[in-house]
Amino acid sequence: MAHTAVDATNPAAGDDPSRRDFIHIAALTAAAGGGLAAIWPFVAQMNPSADTLALASVEYDLTKIEPAQQVTINWRGKPLFIRNRTPEQIAAAVKDDHAALRDPQTDAERHKEGKAQWLVLVGSCTHLGCVPTVGGGEYGGWFCPCHGSHYDTSGRIRKGPAPKNLAVPDYAFLSDTKVKIG
Amino acid sequence: MSGHSTYEPKNGFSRWLDARLPVGRLVWDSFVDYPTPRNLNYWWTFGGILSLCLAVQLITGIVLAMHYTPSAATAFNSVEHIMRDVNYGWLLRYMHANGASMFFIAVYIHMLRGVYYGSYKSPREVLWILGCVIYLLMMATAFMGYVLPWGQMSFHGAVVITNLLGAFPVVGDAITTLLWGGFAVDEPTLKRFFSLHYLLPFMIAGVVILHVWALHVVGQNNPTGVEPKSKADTLPFTPYATVKDGFAMSLFVILFATFVFYLPDALGHADNYIPANPLVTPSHIVPEWYFLPFYAILRAIPDKLMGVLAMFGAIACIFALPWLDTSKVKSMRYRPQARLYFFIFLVACVILGFCGAKLPDDQVIPGLETFQLLDSKLNSWVWLSRVATLYYFAYFLLVMPLLGLFEKPLPTPETISSPVLGGDKKD
Repeated sequence: MAHTAVDATNPAAGDDPSRRDFIHIAALTAAAGGGLAAIWPFVAQMNPSADTLALASVEYDLTKIEPAQQVTINWRGKPLFIRNRTPEQIAAAVKDDHAALRDPQTDAERHKEGKAQWLVLVGSCTHLGCVPTVGGGEYGGWFCPCHGSHYDTSGRIRKGPAPKNLAVPDYAFLSDTKVKIG
Repeated sequence: MSGHSTYEPKNGFSRWLDARLPVGRLVWDSFVDYPTPRNLNYWWTFGGILSLCLAVQLITGIVLAMHYTPSAATAFNSVEHIMRDVNYGWLLRYMHANGASMFFIAVYIHMLRGVYYGSYKSPREVLWILGCVIYLLMMATAFMGYVLPWGQMSFHGAVVITNLLGAFPVVGDAITTLLWGGFAVDEPTLKRFFSLHYLLPFMIAGVVILHVWALHVVGQNNPTGVEPKSKADTLPFTPYATVKDGFAMSLFVILFATFVFYLPDALGHADNYIPANPLVTPSHIVPEWYFLPFYAILRAIPDKLMGVLAMFGAIACIFALPWLDTSKVKSMRYRPQARLYFFIFLVACVILGFCGAKLPDDQVIPGLETFQLLDSKLNSWVWLSRVATLYYFAYFLLVMPLLGLFEKPLPTPETISSPVLGGDKKD
């Protein structure tokens, strides 16, 4: 191939289409790759920063919560519900385990084993993120004032536009009276 | 459209400049000698009014940014500082907040005028699309601006709207996290919203230039929808349109001033004077009035993803309008049936606005007991909003394409000047 580039007697040689194409493709690929590489940090900077990620877990002392009471704490900028359920509320939740549920889950799947009394949930409605009010709605669990979603005493969605049950975060009992969330 | 330029530089300097940067010629050809249809009515003055609104928002906004701090800890207090301590800060902020509402009043009238007189039809499709882009940018700007005072409505409005994008399967959660810069609406969200709220108005100004450029290529539509055919059909922009626009602007400024000085908080929400608290949602969360119809469409549909798609679809319909309407007759002045459906559409939009402001399950007619229909009582705002939503989409997707094929329009005049000067139709 090399001789074609210096072959002055052949005027078409300098316009060898395959060589031109190669240069065009190479240039465009480099520009596209470089462009994407340049855009990347500008998009990535929008994701949570290191200090935001570092503040991701909290501990809470459960002795402060009376039976039938709920506390709302701030976890990752979102409300977190810790509810001390009464035996009646637990029974109501267990009774509906096999009702027609939009996001089927049993009550036992939503609390730690042997700790049915304690329900730990992310307090953001799974519809559009409002904070549901405790004790409201047709099922005595939570009611979201924004768009009318009803949750039962297990935090499962029963009625309204929300698609999913109130989320259960990753948490663990450090002792009988202390939980660590996140 | 303006054809041959009639600009004549008057002195040595303007002759010198004209040969180097003919900016005087551009202004002369665009805003002085530019031919406008002679029959333009007052509905055509809203373009000028909108330019005024954009200028007011830009000027007051730039000044407010000198006193505001975009930080979750201090944003609310800095707004109160503007209201109480900064000289005339209350005036600037009330102008800016009510200015947004005025901007939307004007843009809705401007858009509806375009629909009524068929201003989106060939050759004005690009002009219409650019206008839709401006409207979209306005909505984004207004939404982010409403978040900045960091009150309860600001915060939870931001939560609800950003969660809309979480409705999309698979990528939804990643998108909301990216948008928030955290696990919830928080400090990083406020900071980026402030930055973008400052940027977008300049993008609007850029698209406005394209919009005016496109307008000056195809020329203005007019109440007859018949394109100008001769010099008898047009008048020069100055003084005719300038004076008429100026008079309409003066009236509009009176309305604006009435809100700024006498009803400064009437269009806002009292809960936004409570500092943002992520742990408590206001019992009744509503967007600003100009988003209520879309909010009602969102809530009309019981499924999250479908609701979000319907809301975006409602806006997409406006973009697609030039290709949905099959009628060759532009102005509804000669389309009596189209006029009827248009006015029902107006009513449907107003009903949607009301529905968006109410609690979905509340009764429309107080005290009237009705039966349960699927998920709610028939006499409820949610069912009314469903009926109106159905009409909204039917208007764009059924009435617009079909009516043009089946209706019998009235005869249109030969030229603009024949009904005005010849008197073959009373007007």
